[in-house]
This record gives sequence, C-alpha cells and structure tokens, in this order.
Amino acid sequence: MIFNPTAECMPISERKELQLKKLRETVARAYKNCEFYRNKMDQAGVKPEDIQTLEDISKLPFTTKDELRETYPYGLLSVPLSEIREVHTSSGTTGIPVVGLYTEHDLRMWGESAARCLAMTGATKDDIIQNGYGYGLFTGGLGIHHGGRTLGATVIPISAGNTPRHLQMLRDFKTTTLTCTPSYALYLAEAAQEAGVDLTETALCRGLFGAEPWSENMRLQIEKRLGIKAYDIYGLTEIIGPGVACECTEQHGLHIQDDFFYPEIIDPKTGKVLPEGEKGELVLTTIDKTGAPLLRYRTKDITYLFRDSCACGRTTVKIHRLMGRNDDMLIIRGVNVFPSQIEEILAATEGLQPHYQIIVDRTGNHLDSIELRVEVDEASFSDETKEMEALRRRLQETIKSKLGINSKITLMEPKSIERSIGKSQRIIDKRKI
Amino acid sequence: MALKQISVFLENKSGRLAEVTKVIGDAGINLLGMTIADTADFGILRIIVTDYEKTMKVLSENRFTAKMTDVLAIEVSDTPGGLSHIMEVFCKNNINIEYLYFTIDRRSGKHLVILKTEDPNQALAMIASNGLTALSSLE
Repeated sequence: MIFNPTAECMPISERKELQLKKLRETVARAYKNCEFYRNKMDQAGVKPEDIQTLEDISKLPFTTKDELRETYPYGLLSVPLSEIREVHTSSGTTGIPVVGLYTEHDLRMWGESAARCLAMTGATKDDIIQNGYGYGLFTGGLGIHHGGRTLGATVIPISAGNTPRHLQMLRDFKTTTLTCTPSYALYLAEAAQEAGVDLTETALCRGLFGAEPWSENMRLQIEKRLGIKAYDIYGLTEIIGPGVACECTEQHGLHIQDDFFYPEIIDPKTGKVLPEGEKGELVLTTIDKTGAPLLRYRTKDITYLFRDSCACGRTTVKIHRLMGRNDDMLIIRGVNVFPSQIEEILAATEGLQPHYQIIVDRTGNHLDSIELRVEVDEASFSDETKEMEALRRRLQETIKSKLGINSKITLMEPKSIERSIGKSQRIIDKRKI
Repeated sequence: MALKQISVFLENKSGRLAEVTKVIGDAGINLLGMTIADTADFGILRIIVTDYEKTMKVLSENRFTAKMTDVLAIEVSDTPGGLSHIMEVFCKNNINIEYLYFTIDRRSGKHLVILKTEDPNQALAMIASNGLTALSSLE
C-alpha cells in the first residue's frame, strides 16, 4: 500500500518543482526568523532570493552537529516558542545534546513520514505494531508511535528492554510488526529460543529496524531467526528520527521522503556536491519543517543516491543502505575500517555469531593493534583444537585480505559479549590519540 | 560401539574450570575420565561421565558450549609396550589419531586409552579383528 500516492509517486519533474518551491519558502523563513541562519548566510554572502534553482542550494553554507550544540537549546527556533508542541533531544553521551523542536505542522509531517515508511513495508491499519524503540526524548519511540497512529494501525508502546514482556505481548497480542534496533531484534530471537518460543510460528511477519548500522548478513540472520521480512528504516534525531527514509518490500535501497527532506551527497573533504551514484556524505535539508529547520545538515552518514524504476511505483529518490559513518570509522595503522565491514565478514563465516567487539589499542611499540572478539556457537565448536584454530585463522585471513589489516582473533564463549538494548557498544578504542 | 565423550569450550580465564566442574559435580555426575586441550586463549575440556544427557542439560543451562562426540575406549595392558602395541595396529591400518588420553575402568581396574579418530566405526571394525577390546560404556 502507498500511504500518499500523490506525494510518493509524483513525476520527477513535478517533484523537483515542488522541492524548489518548498526549499525557497524554507530558506526565506529561516533567514527572516532565525538569527543563526541569517548570520551564516550573510557571512557567506547569499540571500534567500539567490535560490532560483534546486542546484542553487549549494550556495548555502552547511550546518554541522557542532553548531547544533553551540546553539543549544533554542538557537534554531524559527517560530514563536508557543508554537512548539514537542521537544526531543539526542542522548548527549558525547556532550551537549542535539535538540529537535516540533510544531503541530512538524508533528503531522513526522507522523506522515513514519506512516509512509510503515506502509512501504506492507503494514496497514490492520497491523499490530510492537514498538520496541525507547520512548522519551529519543525520537525512535515516539516517531514510530506517531507513524503508527497516522497509519491507523494499533501501536503497542512497549519501549526498549523488558524482554520477557516483549515475548509475552508478541505472542498474546498477535503482533505483526516489530520495530526496534537490529541488535535488539537478534537479542529477542536468542531470548525466545531460550524461553522455548518459536518466533517463526507467531503472527509476526515484518520488522522495521534502524538507529544503528547493520549489514545485509545481519538482515538474513534476523529474517531467518524471527521468520519475518526485515526492513531498514533511516532517521536521525536532528531531522525527525525514524521516517526520513525506508526500504519498500523490494528491499532495494531506501526511499527518501524527498518532498520533506532534500538530499545531497557531498565529498566529505571538499564539500563539493557529488552526482547521483557517487558515494559520499549525506546532507539533508528539511523543506517541510517549521519549528527549527535544518539547512544542508551534514549527517556524517556515508551512502549514495540512486533512482530506479522501483516496482513499488514510488518515484522518490533512494539511498543505498548506510555504508558507515564518517565518525565511527576506525583508522588502524592508516587503514580505514568500518565496523560494518567486520560484521559482514563475521556473518559470512559459518558458525560465528554476529555478536562481536572490536578492541583497538596502541601498545608499547606505538603501533595500533586490533583485537576482534567473537562468540563461538554450538555449530562452530569442535572437540578438536585444530578445527578451532582453523576457524580463527580463516577469519584472520579474510580480514587481512578484505580490509588489509592484521588482527588478533579471540574466540569467546557464547553470550559472553554484552548485549545492548540500544546501540551496541561494539568498539572499544583504548588509543590515546 | 563407540564411547560418548562431551567436550566443553572454555575461555582461558581464571575460575572457568572450577565453575564447570562444580556444575557437573552439583548435578551428581561423576567424571570417569578427562583431559584438557589448551591454547593461548581457550581450552577444550573433554570428559567421560556417568550421565551424558544430564551433563549436556546442566551445561547448557549454565551457558557452556558443549558437544557430544564418539571416541574409542580401548583396554591397554599396564606393562611396558602396552600402548605401543595399540599404536602399531592403528598405524598399520592407516588410521589417524586426533588426540588421546588415559583413564581407568573402575569396574575392572583395567587401564584404558581414549582415542579420537576420524571414523570411529571403521576403527571399531579394525580393533575387533586385531584382538583389541573396545568398551562402549564405563558404567
């Protein structure tokens, strides 16, 4: 089902006209009502009327996460404060949190974005959505909640954690749709197995997972163990949380709601806009958000834009599943390593669980060392040391050939690596750089 | 018939062996034979027990990774050259041994060599035709 066929299936030329109109309105409003944007644009020597075409967006300066912190809490407010209906923030684990300010209009837009995403994966008003994203300041919980309500579905606001209750509600309430982080989905599968619950026998048929990077192989594991179709949903606190983009049932790239969020891909080093198909950093401009619009926000997420004539009928532009982030990229002896690459390798190695931890250290000789801790399961465990050593060597060689780094592999007992409810603590960087 | 053996994966950290033997002991299971293969990071504990099903159950409940495999238990004479004789038979028949360890059959007091081979059934046939005695149970 397409939630809003007019918006989602619009011919591309019409869509571009609409985007330009909304972009010009957004820029004009930001310049007029928000000192932060006015100062930035003045410094860059650009006026709202300079935006005559969509390409003119590149005249606008970028907005960065640091600036969002500097303008905490109300610096981006572009309407009277009395118009704000909901406030969200990031967890702020790395310092001052990032703030999202939503007017009634913005909440409706958010609800529609998330509803479109749910519908993309086949959910309808007849579905029962068990929402395992955290409720509260985190945008995950309420984002899906708004979306589920807009769609007209039944939402169970169970939030994150309390796994036994998750399993019980999933069975008793005949949940069809699960929304949570991908690592929690796998954790739930393990807990179900231990409790003797066969998830493949339940009414559950789909899941929308996001808020942390996950690989194609992790998807296969989730689909097999939960007996569902697993879809990637993308969002970020700064923009609206979940709902910015999502996979349709084709599972081939994520449709961006590009009548709400105008996407660009830039070279992260030079800031130059890259053409469709070229990999770089995703930059988003909110063109339908009134409370605190974001102009050319640098997401740090690495992907590329592409268009295909998607069988679902939507004409919105797609992004490839995230290929890592600028800021969780590890540089080990000068080699760039994305944890998602290691996860891919692990998931492709038979008998190893996708539960892992990467420990990076700089030892006495001032060289970086990387240790990968992985769990052994019943399938890969052998009573012969040579088999176990062979498994370890195979993994080490694959990492060496695919990533070009030497690693130490430590085989761990099952469930000895801590499972996280939210974002996994997969990387421990002990280096003092 | 081959003898059953249970192998347990152990991380090389202090107290793990104490924990696994406690779990087995608390369940009222007697260890009839054991050995540990160790590497720098992990060890593989191999045990012969009085109750295999129960052992697998308590190990799994206590989150140990365990696996049951077939091994051979062959009586070995407690005299110089006792093991050498058995090895010679295996060698002549081109049967490779992955690992071995010793225990005692507490009923007869006889010494036993526990052997792992790639194909226990093939080895069993060879054992019988060479006048060696293999036990399928130590109970």
